[in-house]
Amino acid sequence: MDNYAIEMLNITKKFPGIIANDNITLRLKKGEIHALLGENGAGKSTLMSILFGFYQPDGGEIKKDGKKVEINNPNDANALGIGMVHQHFKLVECFTVLDNIILGVETTKGGFLQKKEARQKVLELSKKYGLSVDPDAVIENITVGMQQRTEILKMLYRDNEILIFDEPTAVLTPQEIKELMAVMKSLAAEGKSILFITHKLAEIMEVADRCSVLRKGKYIGTVDVKDTSPEQLSAMMVGRDVSLAVEKKPAQPGDVVLDIKNMSVASKRSKKDAVKNVSLQVRRGEIVCIAGIDGNGQTEFIYGLSGLEPVKSGLIMMNGKDITHMPIRKRLVSGMSHIPEDRHKHGLVLDFSLEDNIVLQRYFEPEFTDKFGFLKRNAIREYANKLIKQYDIRSGQGPATKARDMSGGNQQKAIIAREIDKNPELLIAVQPTRGLDVGAIEYIHKQLVAQRDAGKGVLLVSFELDEVMNLADRILVMYEGEIVGEFSPDKVSVEELGLYMAGSKRMEVGAHE
Amino acid sequence: MNKEKTKKTSILRNDGFQTVISSILCILIGFLIGYIVLLVINPKGAGDAILAIMKNFLYYSSASAAKKYLGTTLVKASALLMCALSVLFANKVGLFNIGVAGQYVVGAGASLYFAIALGMPWYVSLLAAIIFAAALGGISGFLKSYFNVNEVISCIMLNWISLYCVNMLLSLVKESSTPYTRPLSSANKDGLLPNMGLDKIFSNNKFVTIGVVLSVIMAVAVSILLDKTKFGYELKATGMNKHAAKYCGMKEKRNIIVTMMISGGLAGMGAAIFYLSGIEQWMVQQTSIPAMGFNGIAAAFLGGLNPIGAIFASYFIQHITSGGTYVDKTMYCTQISDLMVAFIIYLCGFVFFFKLALNKYLDKRDEKIAAKMNEGGEE
Repeated sequence: MDNYAIEMLNITKKFPGIIANDNITLRLKKGEIHALLGENGAGKSTLMSILFGFYQPDGGEIKKDGKKVEINNPNDANALGIGMVHQHFKLVECFTVLDNIILGVETTKGGFLQKKEARQKVLELSKKYGLSVDPDAVIENITVGMQQRTEILKMLYRDNEILIFDEPTAVLTPQEIKELMAVMKSLAAEGKSILFITHKLAEIMEVADRCSVLRKGKYIGTVDVKDTSPEQLSAMMVGRDVSLAVEKKPAQPGDVVLDIKNMSVASKRSKKDAVKNVSLQVRRGEIVCIAGIDGNGQTEFIYGLSGLEPVKSGLIMMNGKDITHMPIRKRLVSGMSHIPEDRHKHGLVLDFSLEDNIVLQRYFEPEFTDKFGFLKRNAIREYANKLIKQYDIRSGQGPATKARDMSGGNQQKAIIAREIDKNPELLIAVQPTRGLDVGAIEYIHKQLVAQRDAGKGVLLVSFELDEVMNLADRILVMYEGEIVGEFSPDKVSVEELGLYMAGSKRMEVGAHE
Repeated sequence: MNKEKTKKTSILRNDGFQTVISSILCILIGFLIGYIVLLVINPKGAGDAILAIMKNFLYYSSASAAKKYLGTTLVKASALLMCALSVLFANKVGLFNIGVAGQYVVGAGASLYFAIALGMPWYVSLLAAIIFAAALGGISGFLKSYFNVNEVISCIMLNWISLYCVNMLLSLVKESSTPYTRPLSSANKDGLLPNMGLDKIFSNNKFVTIGVVLSVIMAVAVSILLDKTKFGYELKATGMNKHAAKYCGMKEKRNIIVTMMISGGLAGMGAAIFYLSGIEQWMVQQTSIPAMGFNGIAAAFLGGLNPIGAIFASYFIQHITSGGTYVDKTMYCTQISDLMVAFIIYLCGFVFFFKLALNKYLDKRDEKIAAKMNEGGEE
C-alpha cells in the first residue's frame, strides 16, 4: 500500500546493562520528511548507528524498498543510498568545498584527479536545490551554514536517496534555519526521503510530514504532524505534560548585587574591543538576561566579568566591593557562581570523576581538605552523593563515574548543582541549556527561577529567544559588544527584539539608577 | 554462570591488572626480538647471551658476590627510579619532561661540586642538587606557562646547555691526570651518603647507601602527593584541563612551573643519590648526556605511569642494563649489550598500545556475549 524507502522493523539493541533500542519500528516513506524526536539518551543515535552499520541489531530487520537488507558497515549503507549530515560536520578543514564533496568517490584517470566533471555536477546540484556554495572556498574560511550545505551536497553528489539530518539546526542562525527548511522541502519534493533528528518542536511542526517519538529506548509512536500539537509531541517525548512556559511570580528586585560601569574588554581577534563601554546592574531577586546573536561580545563580556580575561577599562562592583582586578578564586569565594558557556572546556575536568568535579569549586575548603593538605575523600564522597540525590544527576557508577562518560544533560546538571549549592549571591549562567533536551531544559529553568526567588541576582546570557522571553525579568540586548536596548519581557515582542539583535535598531541605554 | 563471566571481565578490565599484563607482554616480546637479532649475528652464543642479560648478578656462582652485585644494581636502579618519578610526575600534569636528562646532569654537577670543591656534608650537597635541578626544570615550566614554549623543545636544548656547563664546572674538581672528578672517598668522606648498615647486607658493598631507601620513600611520597592531597588534585586538574583549572580559580600558570620544578628536583635528587654514593666519578669530557634520564622515560612508561609501578620497572630496566655487561664479548661486539637493552626498553614504550588493544578485544567480546545472551532469549 504505502511505499516505504526504508523500514527498520522491531529493532532491538542491547548493551551491557541497558537496552538502547527496545523493539523500535521506524518506517520512512518515499519523499517524506520524517522527524525522529527524543530526549538525549532516548536511543536515536543507536538507531542511526544501526542504520549505518556501525552496530548490528540484536533483533529485528531492515528493509529497503520492501526487500530485506544486511548493513554490516558504513560502506553497505552508502551503497544503499543512505547519507547523513552529522551534527558535528565531517569535513577536512583545510580542503576546499569541492575536494570535500568528492572525497572518497573521486574520479581519476591514470591516478590523476578529474575534477572538471565533478565541479560541473556540484554546480548543477547546487543550482537545482538552491544550495549556494563556492566550490573553491576552503572549509575553515566559510560559515557554518555553508559547511552544512557542503555536507548536503556531499550526500547528493553520491546520489543518496535517503538523507539523514542529525540536529541540523543547532549551529545555525535563524536566517540559515529558514533556508535549510526550504532546502529540505525541495529535496523531499524531488523524491528524496528525509529523516530529521531533532528535539526542537517548532521545526518539526514547520517542516515534517510525520514524526516518530522515542523515549528511553522504547518506541512511543508515530503521528502525522498536521494532526498534532507541540504540547502533544513534548508529552510523548518526556512521558508527561511539560509546561513549556516557565511559571514564575513577578520579580521583587532588592539591593544591587552587581554593578558594572563602562566595562570594555579587548578582542583577541581584531583591534576593536569585543566589549564596549558596557554598564549594567543586577539586583537581588531578578533575572537579567543578555540577549543577542552568538558572537556579539557576550563571551568576552562574561570572561571579563568572571576574571578569565582581564578587562581593559571600567569598574565591576559586586556587593559594593570593587572586583575589577580580583583573582578568579577570590571572586568565586566572595559570592559569584558561574555556569560556563562551554561545559567541556571550562565547566568540567572530563577525566576526573563526578565527585571530583562536584568539589571543583570547594575542594580547598576545610570541609574537604584537612590542615595538612590531604583531601578528605569520605567527606567528598558524601557531599557528592548528597548533590547527586538532590539534583537527580544520573550516571553509570555514581560519584566514581568519569565525567566524560556522562550524558550532556547530566554533565550540565552536575555543574548546576555545584554552582547553586555554593549558595552564591550572583549566579552567572551562560547558555545553560545548550544542547539539552526538553526535560533537562525545564529542570534548569526551574532552578534558575528558584535561585531568583531565593533572593540571588541571576545574570543569564542566552542566544535562544524563547529562553530569554520565558525567564527574563529584564532584557538587555547586546550587539557588537554594546548594550543597544533594555526591555521588559511583557512589553516587547520577539520581532522587536530581533531588530535590536540584528543591529537595525538601537536606543540610548545609559547608566540607569 | 553469567555472573561468573562478568566477574572475570571485571578483573581483566582493572586498570592496574591491565598495566601489569601489558608490561610483562612488552618485556617478553622485547626479549624475543633481542634473541632473534642475536641469532642472526651469531647463532652459537645467542642463548647464553640472553641468559646473561636475564641473570645479571646471578652470573656469579658465589652467593656473596651475587649479593654484592645485586647491591650495585640497586644503587643504579634507585637513580633510575628517581628519573622515572620525575617523568611521571610531569606527565600527570600533562607535561612531557624530556629535560629529565639535563636536570639529572645538573643534579650531578651541583652535588659533586658542593661535595668536592666546597667540602659540604652529604645532606647539603643533596639539597643543592635538588635546588639547582628544580631551577632548571622551572625554566622550562616558566617558558611554557608564560610564553607557551613547548616544554619538549626547551628541555632538549637545556639538556645540552646543562651538559657542557657541568663539564666546565666539574673540570675545576677533576683529578690532574685523568678526566674524572676526584673520588669522594678521598676528597670528602663526609660528602658520601651514609650506609646505615645497608652495606653489610650486600656483602660489604659500600656503595649501597640510604639513597636506595630514599628513592623508594620518594616513590611512595609522590604516589601520596598525587592521589591524596589537595596539591595533587590541583596539579592533575591543571594537567587534564587547564581551562577548567583557571575557571575554578586555580593558578594554572604557577602549577605548571611548580610541577616542572618538582619534576626537576626529583631528577636532581636521583643524580645526587647516585654520585654521592661514590659509585662513579663524573667524566668531564663526555659529549653525550648520561642515558639515566632517558631510561627514566622508559621506566616511567613500563611502570604504567604509576609511582609504585615505577619501582619495579626501574629495577627491571637496570637489571637488564647491568646484565648486558655480562654478554660474551668474544662472540659479539661490545655494543651488543646496549643494543639488546635498547630493544627491550623500546618495547616497553608499547605498554599503552597493548592496553588499548586489550580493551578493544574485551569490548568486542562483551558485545558477542551480549549478542549470545540475546539469542538465548529474554531472561
